[in-house]
Amino acid sequence: MSARRERIAGRACVLRGDDIDTDRIIPARYLRAITFEGLGEHAFEDDRRQAKGNHSLDDARFAGARILVVGNNFGCGSSREHAPQALMRSGFEAFVGASFAEIFAGNCTALGLPCLTLAPQDLSKLMDAVDLDPAQEVVVDVAGRRVTCRAGAFAAGVPEGTWRQLVEGSWNNTAVLLEAGAAIEATAARLPYLQGFAPDS
Amino acid sequence: MRTRPRPCYLQGVSGSSLEQPLTSHASRTLLDAVWDAHTVRELPNGDTQLFIGLHLIHEVTSPQAFSMLRDMGLRVRHPERTFATVDHIIPTKSQQRPLADELAEAMMTELEKNCRDQQIRFFDPGRGEQGIVHVIGPELGLTQPGMTIACGDSHTSTHGAFGAVALGIGTSQVRDVLATQCLSLARPKLRRIEVTGKLTPGVYAKDVILHIIGRLGVKGGIGFAYEYGGPVIEAMTLEERMTVCNMSIEGGARCGYVSPDETTFAYLRGRELAPKGEAMQRAVAWWRSIASSRDAHYADRVEIDGAAIPPTVTFGINPGQSIGIGARIPRPEDLPADERASLEEALAYMDLRAGAPIEGTAIDVAFIGSCTNGRISDLREAARVAATGRVAPGVKALVVPGSQAVARAAEAEGLPEIFRAAGFEWREAGCSMCLAMNPDKLVGRQLCASSSNRNFKGRQGSPSGRTLLMSPVMVAAAALRGRVTDARELL
Repeated sequence: MSARRERIAGRACVLRGDDIDTDRIIPARYLRAITFEGLGEHAFEDDRRQAKGNHSLDDARFAGARILVVGNNFGCGSSREHAPQALMRSGFEAFVGASFAEIFAGNCTALGLPCLTLAPQDLSKLMDAVDLDPAQEVVVDVAGRRVTCRAGAFAAGVPEGTWRQLVEGSWNNTAVLLEAGAAIEATAARLPYLQGFAPDS
Repeated sequence: MRTRPRPCYLQGVSGSSLEQPLTSHASRTLLDAVWDAHTVRELPNGDTQLFIGLHLIHEVTSPQAFSMLRDMGLRVRHPERTFATVDHIIPTKSQQRPLADELAEAMMTELEKNCRDQQIRFFDPGRGEQGIVHVIGPELGLTQPGMTIACGDSHTSTHGAFGAVALGIGTSQVRDVLATQCLSLARPKLRRIEVTGKLTPGVYAKDVILHIIGRLGVKGGIGFAYEYGGPVIEAMTLEERMTVCNMSIEGGARCGYVSPDETTFAYLRGRELAPKGEAMQRAVAWWRSIASSRDAHYADRVEIDGAAIPPTVTFGINPGQSIGIGARIPRPEDLPADERASLEEALAYMDLRAGAPIEGTAIDVAFIGSCTNGRISDLREAARVAATGRVAPGVKALVVPGSQAVARAAEAEGLPEIFRAAGFEWREAGCSMCLAMNPDKLVGRQLCASSSNRNFKGRQGSPSGRTLLMSPVMVAAAALRGRVTDARELL
């Protein structure tokens, strides 16, 4: 079993904008390596350089944030796990947004990083509240499917299967999948293309 | 004596003694048929443990997965269902070993070592087998209908063109597949995208998928798999269907596919790793049985009028921000309130003006290639345009075949000569300037007409570089005129 991810509490960082793709989260030049080491320092590198210090990740008010609050379709594009790895290695432990690209969300789950969705009006309230008072504690209550800040407590969405993996600490899939044992090969044996389409295999 | 029952796809529905019958039910989609056939079990969390019939790996997303496997003391469970190539980092000027770029050489060496240690077949450039993972799987006949296919690459959806359920995954999931040949997944909802009528001359598969994404949006597919069908899709070649399925991910869909038909079977006949002889006949019978039935139920249906699709070009920073070649770039006030900020950000980055025509926009670079449009039919069509003129002064134009086999086919048809005579550079196979993990990169604010799949900020290697996505013929036309052009004028 892996660690349970029931609750993450701490400061949050607000990153506005929709459709932020994984090329922006971690530019492809940093994928030229055989490990994930050192990715944290390059998260959003080009966006940050172009924002000349005005990027949320460079905003001193958000320093030390453990929760990243984002817009719609966050993490779209490339399947690179380097993106959540870079964010995790720069200190983020949970994401709250309007929606997440599916491969990104799957990669986050595989790392034990919850991605929770809020209704648009609630997300907007959370973003405004954190912007006004970045020092406040934001609580990502995965188990209770709720995000709480000074502006209120908001019902949060997370797919059922993912929710169970996070709260039960079963998000390291390899161990779970191995438990199927011989049923794996029994499934393979029923697939005609794995039997060479033999007439009576 | 063989004791296993005769596969039910060769029997009547009633004769089956299998636990999970593989025959098509009266009303079933391909997604359900393939999903059910590959289900190992329902997991405690309610997701499916899905057997993966084909695992494709490359140098960028696999090394960390192999390390994790070693840390767990495990070996690759089905090396005979795992195949490797090198594509993202390989240079396209000289592939001489050792590669000039030390990081690239280290990544390639690591992949070769992992394949050797785990007895995985590596499609070696030295033997003329290499290419972009989504080009070589299909051309070798490795990709087949009814399979579940996974690869640590979002454009794995390409393989859906054969009627496979093909999923892009991250590195931890690559580890899962290496260790267990399975993935833990929730079954997506299914949206049928019906493209009706007939395309007009000069409109290509790339225009169809850009148009679909423009209509449904880059997040419209979240939670869905896309099934493409209708007369336009049925009339497409397999290579055209691959272009459409390739960009399913850009529309937010988990995967995209086309049900297999005679076009699919004809494409596969005679391919190196496709079934042969009687096995092929039995394969075709099974493939027919898993195609979506005409009365299948879908969670959602969308109809697109094929005759109304124009040659399409992106103007923004995501693949949904596109217009027809004759249209004008939208103005923020023309869009719903929640899309205005994205448009303003796009126009500022692209340095394009709201309300201006896209046609006539000056370009600096033209790139023909990628897993979207780097196949022989793409190069053939682009060469038709290239043959009509010369690359405009000041434009750098590249043609990069998707695989070494595509390069050989092009050479046999004399395409490199046509391109070179027109002033294009003819390169060796790889991902090249689609994502610039190799020496092919934009410089500074260069604007690139590109047959690739992503126009994200910085995607083509320069943090401020700009990309206009379009079909290969449109890229060739832009290269000749030095500005975005309606390629129909040159065809």
